[in-house]
Amino acid sequence: MMLVVAQGPVIPQFERASSCVRENKQFCFDWVVDNFGRVFAPRLVEHIELTLLAVGIGFVFAFGAALLAYSLDWFETPFAIFAAFLYTIPSLAFFQLMVPITGLSRTSAEIALVSYTILILFRNTLTGLREVPEDARMAARAMGLTKGQILRRVELPLALPAIMAGIRIATVTTISLATVAAFIGVGGLGQPIFNAIQSGFKTQFVAAGILAVGLALVADALLVFLQRLLAPWLRAERA
Amino acid sequence: MKTFSNAIEFLFDNTNLIWDKTLEHVWLSLASLGVALVIAIPLGVWLGHLHRGSFMAINVSNVGRALPSLAVISIGLGLLGVGFTNVMVALVILAAPVMLTNAYVAVDRVDQDAVRAARAMGMKPLQVLLKVELPLSLPLMFAGIRTAAVYVVATAPLAALAGGGGLGDIIVNQPTYGIEGVVAGSLAIAALAFATEGVFALLQYLVTPRGLRKRGKEPLLEPTVGTAAA
Repeated sequence: MMLVVAQGPVIPQFERASSCVRENKQFCFDWVVDNFGRVFAPRLVEHIELTLLAVGIGFVFAFGAALLAYSLDWFETPFAIFAAFLYTIPSLAFFQLMVPITGLSRTSAEIALVSYTILILFRNTLTGLREVPEDARMAARAMGLTKGQILRRVELPLALPAIMAGIRIATVTTISLATVAAFIGVGGLGQPIFNAIQSGFKTQFVAAGILAVGLALVADALLVFLQRLLAPWLRAERA
Repeated sequence: MKTFSNAIEFLFDNTNLIWDKTLEHVWLSLASLGVALVIAIPLGVWLGHLHRGSFMAINVSNVGRALPSLAVISIGLGLLGVGFTNVMVALVILAAPVMLTNAYVAVDRVDQDAVRAARAMGMKPLQVLLKVELPLSLPLMFAGIRTAAVYVVATAPLAALAGGGGLGDIIVNQPTYGIEGVVAGSLAIAALAFATEGVFALLQYLVTPRGLRKRGKEPLLEPTVGTAAA
């Protein structure tokens, strides 16, 4: 008896719901407005947290590895193969494979999400560093800059557009994959989607989907904006 | 390690299941790619031929890349319901942008000297398109199709969540197939993605006019590799 009560009706608040919700129409705007704070807002925050943490940690790893590969030639191939291997694991499987090791936890989700960012960030950072014009490097050396100074003041600033492009791709990829992470119940905007798979509630499918798409597009636009701020010389070139 | 050897065993013990699901997977991917192709390539080629709409044509692939695949499938579930059609529509939406952008860029950036020479020889616009612009743009256009193909094969596992079938059916059914089934399904998907990459690389080579082959020009747009895309 208890169980039946706990599970509740298939359609939320069945007895009080509007006719749109009761008939399970494709999209009930009023329901979304009424339930945004309860059903979606916390998930949206979780999704942003999952993404920021994954891209942040992934960047630290990938950036370090790229700097290492930049100075040690032998390091690139094995690391690239390792990163590509991680990238090849289908996300639905990766999350499940982490469960026996780290449980149904955020850690499991983050390990998989971080793994996916590494290939993108590593490759873009390394390519960016390698494409710094030799002239700029030689000019810096002729002016008496040490290796570390050249890296910080010449190579990294010139590689910035490529690095930012990598962060941009990694971020939208992570936002996409983080919806799948809800498969192991770690929250995020995938959670209402998986709940809707159980309940068949159409409005929740559409609303959660639109929110995730919106989040990805906003994040993408913000990063483009940030890139323009950080590399103003590119704008000058284009004009 | 034990899981891994169990997974290999699973592959051999369940060849029929794997084979059926692979066929479903390939069929779903091909159908989606076909529809995306019919929509995106003519539009991209046409815009490229006219050198119009560059902002839209180039940025559509950025938008396409940003779209979270599960979210697109979810919207489809709400609007179209469970099943093959919904998943196919979602995969078309995810695959078409990169095809469109590559087709546009490929035709738009054909060597203008060649186009002018063709015109000077008295070719009509349609002839210029068919005899000069298309052959010269095929390699890059195909690079877009190849990227889209790998992306679709890698994203199709999510189809299982929406009743679209395919190898994802094995991955999402851990209660039935066990963790070794999940690993086995992943191996099959990875293998299929690599095979797709290989087949399309070969096709790309074959459609490249002989004169362009030697230079070994790689596509201008970086192919977004990998199967994680799901």
